[in-house]
Amino acid sequence: MAGTLDAPRYHGRWHRPRTSVFWWLESWRYTRFVLRELTSVCVAWTALVLMAYVGAAGLGAEALATFLSWMGAPWLVAWHVVVLAGLVYHSVSWFSLAPSAMVVRVGGRRVPASLIVGGNVAAWVVVSAALLWLAGRA
Amino acid sequence: MAATVTVEVARYRPERDAEPVFQQYEVPVRHEWVVLDALTHVKDEIDGSVAFRWSCRMGVCGSCGMMVNGQPTLTCASYLTDHLPGPIRIEPLRHFPVIRDLVVDLASFLRKLRRVKPWIVRDDGPVEPEGEYRQTPEELERYHQFSQCINCLLCYSACPIVGLEPDFTGPAAIALAQRYNLDSRDRGARERLEALSGDHGIWDCTFVGECTEVCPKNVDPAGAIQQYKLASALDTLRSFVLPWGK
Ligand code: SF4
Ligand code: FES
Repeated sequence: MAGTLDAPRYHGRWHRPRTSVFWWLESWRYTRFVLRELTSVCVAWTALVLMAYVGAAGLGAEALATFLSWMGAPWLVAWHVVVLAGLVYHSVSWFSLAPSAMVVRVGGRRVPASLIVGGNVAAWVVVSAALLWLAGRA
Repeated sequence: MAATVTVEVARYRPERDAEPVFQQYEVPVRHEWVVLDALTHVKDEIDGSVAFRWSCRMGVCGSCGMMVNGQPTLTCASYLTDHLPGPIRIEPLRHFPVIRDLVVDLASFLRKLRRVKPWIVRDDGPVEPEGEYRQTPEELERYHQFSQCINCLLCYSACPIVGLEPDFTGPAAIALAQRYNLDSRDRGARERLEALSGDHGIWDCTFVGECTEVCPKNVDPAGAIQQYKLASALDTLRSFVLPWGK
């Protein structure tokens, strides 16, 4: 046993293939993973914009009006459509993964995956609706 | 059904090949044959020099894992008829050094396995009068899925992090750590967490999820790692909120 474990890590005659920098193009499942990671930029961007929005609202009506007129710029609107798509993709793909991290047991039985996904999505919808309502009032 | 199919076997003979090369063989297609049978046919009837590992031929020993058409596959559990019309490309498991042909070196995995203490850790001696640790069916059910691993290492070949970071402890070993953590008889969770919360442990995993896709035993190593992360994060939070607790 010790012989196997302490065997040399490198051996001149072994062949050691390298992982290509384009490994994530090898299968669409890898690509899907990289997309999920990349769209986290959209999440960060949205968080920043939201904070700026709240900050501007805190400064008063004039600051808020300036902020909103900036936000109305056509290129920003176009960009935000892209961001929204990325955001939805990121959220949905994460929610669908939630059941494998969350093991909830009720009465000794594991709560089915669909209920956990459903619960997460429901919470997301409720919070989004609440935010929308708040924004509508402001 | 086709009478024969071409298999392209990766050959690496260190005494003569600088790089692996593919060699083609024509093998008969039989309805009940698996990819491993095709390789056995090559070795018995065409070219005795082809090297590969196998033992049980029934999906139990975990030694026949190879890349079949680019997918980590248990070759004794994958029918030839599912790969027709071919050619069928057979390569050694990815992310391991190749010793010869389809045979890879597994010492790196054995080192990782030792890191997670995959056994019941107790320092208080036998607690039951008969020296047994009893368990209810519910307690067994908590970890049963993670105990089904046959160490075939398909999950290591599927994981791009293992490819990029060869020292990453990896799916099967972490799933096994979680298996013992969830065992009501075990007291080793803290020791394992110390080993797995540092370098090359659970946080190397970015949840690609391919390990779970390829696992022939439905172990769900990706789930095990995420559950481990959650438990570890809660543990940190708890020690932050209740520093005197532990
Ligand atoms: S977790 Fe699954 S794929 Fe990985 S070694 Fe165990 S049985 Fe094989
Ligand atoms: S030969 Fe044992 S698992 Fe395939």
